[in-house]
Amino acid sequence: MKSLAELSAIRDKMKDKVSLREGSNETRIVVGMATCGIAAGARPVLNAFVEAVAKEGLSDTVTVLQTGCIGICQYEPVVEVYKAGEEKVTYVHMSEDKVQKVIEQHIKGGKPVAEYTMK
Amino acid sequence: MKELSLNILDIAQNSVTARSTLIRIDLEETNETLRITVSDNGCGMSKEMVENVTSPFTTSRTTRKVGLGIPLFMMAAEQTGGNLTITSKSEKDYPDDHGTVTSALFYKNHLDFTPLGDIINTIVTLIQGMGEIDLIFTHKSDTLDVLLDTREIRETLGGDIPLSVPDVLVWITEFLKEKYNIS
Repeated sequence: MKSLAELSAIRDKMKDKVSLREGSNETRIVVGMATCGIAAGARPVLNAFVEAVAKEGLSDTVTVLQTGCIGICQYEPVVEVYKAGEEKVTYVHMSEDKVQKVIEQHIKGGKPVAEYTMK
Repeated sequence: MKELSLNILDIAQNSVTARSTLIRIDLEETNETLRITVSDNGCGMSKEMVENVTSPFTTSRTTRKVGLGIPLFMMAAEQTGGNLTITSKSEKDYPDDHGTVTSALFYKNHLDFTPLGDIINTIVTLIQGMGEIDLIFTHKSDTLDVLLDTREIRETLGGDIPLSVPDVLVWITEFLKEKYNIS
């Protein structure tokens, strides 16, 4: 049985971390989650980013956020990456299996994955 | 949409946009039917907007002039012989009791019934993106009695920890899997 006691343990573990507040992080990964994005498969992409950020222990510096339609529905699923002090990078036609490379090469390595961006 | 749960995710985003503080998603199943109801206490819609909201050419977004969320959900219901109804009380006319209820009825045995799909993933995705908003989710059938109330979770977590923390989302996923008897 999942118990609320486990939630209390999570609370105690998290208490000391100061970076929980949205916007205090250096990197934002923003996934388009309007009708167009959802229909094109944005939900598994979003979840893959959430899982990857947790698994790689990046939660202190990276936030995964959802947004509405940004107007390029034919390119969905669209993912925008904002890094402090750098130009925004827009990834198009994203899928679950592209997520790991973006995490490794761009989020951790600092080099955007050119082949996934808009041509 | 390949899954009804994706429609639910999409429709619930409208409640987020409507500045709700509490959203309810209720699923009720019988042998023949599935009823999906999304209710909120958001800003609601004017009478005129409610009348036109099932048209693809009605939208609140500003990037273009079509909105397909509700029309797609309605189509999914009607193609099984079911229907979709929307009732709304606007904040302007009902300052103390406003919000919108979207309810869709599906006939599960119809050839064109879209499967519900990964509802757990949808609920967790919604919670990940809805910030301070609370969610009550129920799913009832002969064999199921699922209830999730994020207000209880928040109470246990205390005020400082958002529900979008990965550890919390994992807990919610596991909690729901248990309720659905998925191990």
